[in-house]
Amino acid sequence: MALKDPPVPVIPAPIWRNFKELQEWEELHKTRPEGDKHSALFESVTEGIHSFPGGFVVTTAADAFLNWARKSSVWPVTFGLACCAIEMMATFCSRFDVERLGMVPWASPRHSDLMIVSGTVTIKMAPMLLRIYDQMPDPKWAVSMGSCANSGGPFRHGYHVVKGVDRVIPVDVYVPGCPPPPESLLNGLLLLQDQISHFKQTGRKAPPNEKVD
Amino acid sequence: MHPEQARALLASTFGVEVAAGVPMVVSVAPDRWQQLAQYAKDTVGCRFFNFLTAVDWKEQGLEVVARVDNLDDNVALMLKTKLGPGVTTCASMTPVYRGANWMERECFDMFGIHFENHPDLRRILLEDTWEGHPLLKSYAVDTPHPPYR
Amino acid sequence: MLDVNKTTRVEMDWAGPERLQMNMGPQHPSAHGVFRAILGLQGETVVDVDAVIGYLHRCHEKLSETLTYAQYPSIASKTDYVAAMTSEFAYVMAAEAIGKFEVPRRAQYLRVIVAELQRVASHLLWLGTWCMDMGGALGGGATIFLYCIREREDVLDLFEALVGARLLYGFFQVGGTRYDIPDGWIETCRATIDRIDSRIDEYEQMLESNAFFIARTKGIGVVSRELALDVGISGPLLRGSGVNYDIRRNAPYSSYADFQFKVPVETAGDCFARYRVRMVEFREAISIVRQALDTLPAGPISSRPALKSVAQIRIPKGEAYARVEGPRGEVGSYIISDGSAKPYRMKWRGASFSNLAILPHIIPGHKVADVVAIMGSVDPVFGEVDR
Repeated sequence: MALKDPPVPVIPAPIWRNFKELQEWEELHKTRPEGDKHSALFESVTEGIHSFPGGFVVTTAADAFLNWARKSSVWPVTFGLACCAIEMMATFCSRFDVERLGMVPWASPRHSDLMIVSGTVTIKMAPMLLRIYDQMPDPKWAVSMGSCANSGGPFRHGYHVVKGVDRVIPVDVYVPGCPPPPESLLNGLLLLQDQISHFKQTGRKAPPNEKVD
Repeated sequence: MHPEQARALLASTFGVEVAAGVPMVVSVAPDRWQQLAQYAKDTVGCRFFNFLTAVDWKEQGLEVVARVDNLDDNVALMLKTKLGPGVTTCASMTPVYRGANWMERECFDMFGIHFENHPDLRRILLEDTWEGHPLLKSYAVDTPHPPYR
Repeated sequence: MLDVNKTTRVEMDWAGPERLQMNMGPQHPSAHGVFRAILGLQGETVVDVDAVIGYLHRCHEKLSETLTYAQYPSIASKTDYVAAMTSEFAYVMAAEAIGKFEVPRRAQYLRVIVAELQRVASHLLWLGTWCMDMGGALGGGATIFLYCIREREDVLDLFEALVGARLLYGFFQVGGTRYDIPDGWIETCRATIDRIDSRIDEYEQMLESNAFFIARTKGIGVVSRELALDVGISGPLLRGSGVNYDIRRNAPYSSYADFQFKVPVETAGDCFARYRVRMVEFREAISIVRQALDTLPAGPISSRPALKSVAQIRIPKGEAYARVEGPRGEVGSYIISDGSAKPYRMKWRGASFSNLAILPHIIPGHKVADVVAIMGSVDPVFGEVDR
C-alpha cells in the first residue's frame, strides 16, 4: 500500500544560544601541553631527596601532610541531578552533617574538589556534566551516587539514559542505593577520604593497595 | 452548563456519539479538531486545559488525545481525534489554549506529529539533533546511542 | 605608586538598549534540579525566557510499556521524587480504575494518611529551598532550610518505619497497599505532627515579619486567573490565583470524602499568595492525618492476593485517567491497557510540566533576582517535568 509521504516539517532554526566562543575556548584548553605535569625543579628536588639514605621519610611525611590537608577539606560541587540530590541535600544538613568532615558544598566548580554525581545522567546532560568536571581544577575526585549514576539504574534500558556516569568522567567511589540513604553516602565519602590519604604525588609510586584502590 | 446539557450539545453540533461518564469522550475527525477545541472553550465553558498527548495505534495510525475541564460545573471532556494511517499532521490547539504549546511540542518530539499553526514547534525533551521519535511503537526502548549507551 | 591625578577616567555612557543573553544553566545553586533558562536581558530586566528542559528525560512513558503493573509503581515514585507517595498513587489508581478493583477501607485510609504526610514533607522541602534560594546558601538563607529539613527528617523517619525507605517507596500496590503500620507508629506519628504544627507557626512568624521576604514576594510573578486556567497549572499555583479547585474536594478519590478540611484560596496570584496557600495546606494536611488516625478502620490492606510473580496483575482492555492532588498540583496517569500484564500506553500528566509552562508568560518584566523567587514559588520537580 502506498502511504503518502508526510510533509517535511519546517522547524524554525534555533536561535544562537550555544555560546560558541566559550566552547572554542574550552576546546583549546582541553588538552594539557607537554611537560605540564610537574616543573623540572620539583622533579629534581624529589629525586634528590630520594637519593639520600632515609630520604623517603621526607617525601612520605610530605605526602601524608598534603593528603591530610586535602582530605580534610574536600569541597563538593553541588551537582544534584535527580532524586539522589534530595538525599545529598539531607546529608549536607544538620542531621547527617558533612561539614564536620570539612566538606562545604560549593556551587562553583572552579573552587571545588569533588563532584558527587547524584542522579541519572541523560544524554542531553552528559556534555554539561563533562564541562563542569573539566572546569574543576586538579586534584579532583568524583563520587557516583546512586544506582543511576553507577550503571543507569532502573532506567538503564531507556533510550536517553547514559549507562553509568563512568562513561563520561572517571569515578573514584561508587555508592549504591536508590537513593542511598545519607548514611551510605557518608560511608562513601569516608572511603573517598581513605583513598585520598593514599594519593601519591611526591616520590615513587606505592604498589596498589587492594583495600582502597 | 450541566454535564448532560454539554453532552447533548456536543453530540448535536459534531454529530458524534458522546458516551456519558467522567470524563466524556468526544471523538471527531481531524479537520474539526480546532473547531471542537474552540467550542469546548467557548460554549461548554471548559477553560482549564489539562493535557494533550498522542497514542500510536500501529497500523491504524496515530491518535491525538486532549483533556479539558470546566472547573466550575465539573464537566470533563476527553477530546480525541484519529489521524489515520500514515498521517502525521494535525491542527494545533495553541491558538485556543496556551497550555497546548509545550504539550504539542512534546507530541512532536515523541511521535513526530507536526502541528500546523504552532508558534514554535521544536523538540522539547530530547536534543534538537535527535533522530527518531521515541514513543512510536517502531522505536525500540533501548536504542543504542554511542558513545553513551 | 599610583598617582591618582594622572589616571584617566573613562565614562561609559549608556549607548542604547543593551540586549544580553544569559544562560541560567542546568547546574545552578538554586536547588531545583536540571533546568536551563536562557534569559534575554535588557539591563537587569528579563525580556524573554526560553526554558530548555529535558535534561532529566528518563523515558518513563516508554519504559512503562515494558514494565508490568506490579513493577512500575516503584518507578513511578521517581517522577515526583520529592512527593513519591502521591506519584505512585496516581498510577495505581488508574490501574484500579480500569480493572475496577475494590480497595479496602483500611488501605484507603492508609493511603490518605501517607499522602498527607508526604504533602507536609514536600512543602517543608519547598519552604526550605525557596527561602534558601532567596537568601543564598551558607549566607543567611540556610536558616529556614536547616529547620525545615530537621522537621522533614522526622516525617521521613515515620516513612522509614512504615516502608523501609526514606525517599522513594514502593508502598502502593494495585488493590491496596503493601505494608501495614507497625506497633507504636500511630503514637510517634501524632507526636511528630503536633511538633511540626507548632514549629510551622514559628517559621511563618519569622518570615512574615521579615521586610525583605515581603518585598521579594509581594507583587512578584503575578498569574492572572485567565492565564492560570488557559495554561493548565494546578495545585497551589491555581489556588493562589483565585480558582477554588482542589481535586480532593471537587472530585474526591480514595476516602477523602470522609474528612473535613479547608481549601485555601488567595486571589493575589503572586508569590506571596502561593506561599500563603501552602502554609495553610500544611495545617490542613496535619488535620486530615489526625482525623484519619482517629478513625482508622481495621481490616485487610489489599484486596488482591499477595504478589508472587511480576505478571500477576492483569487488567482488562480499557483506558482511564486517574488524578491525584499532589503537593505541586494535579498529578495524573492516563493508562490505555490492552489486556496484558503491561500497559499499552501510559501518559504521565506531571504537575510540574504544566506549572513550568507558565514561566515564559510571567517572567518577562521582572529582574533576574525575581526569576529565582518565581521559580521557587512554582516549585518544579524535574522528574515530573521531564519524566
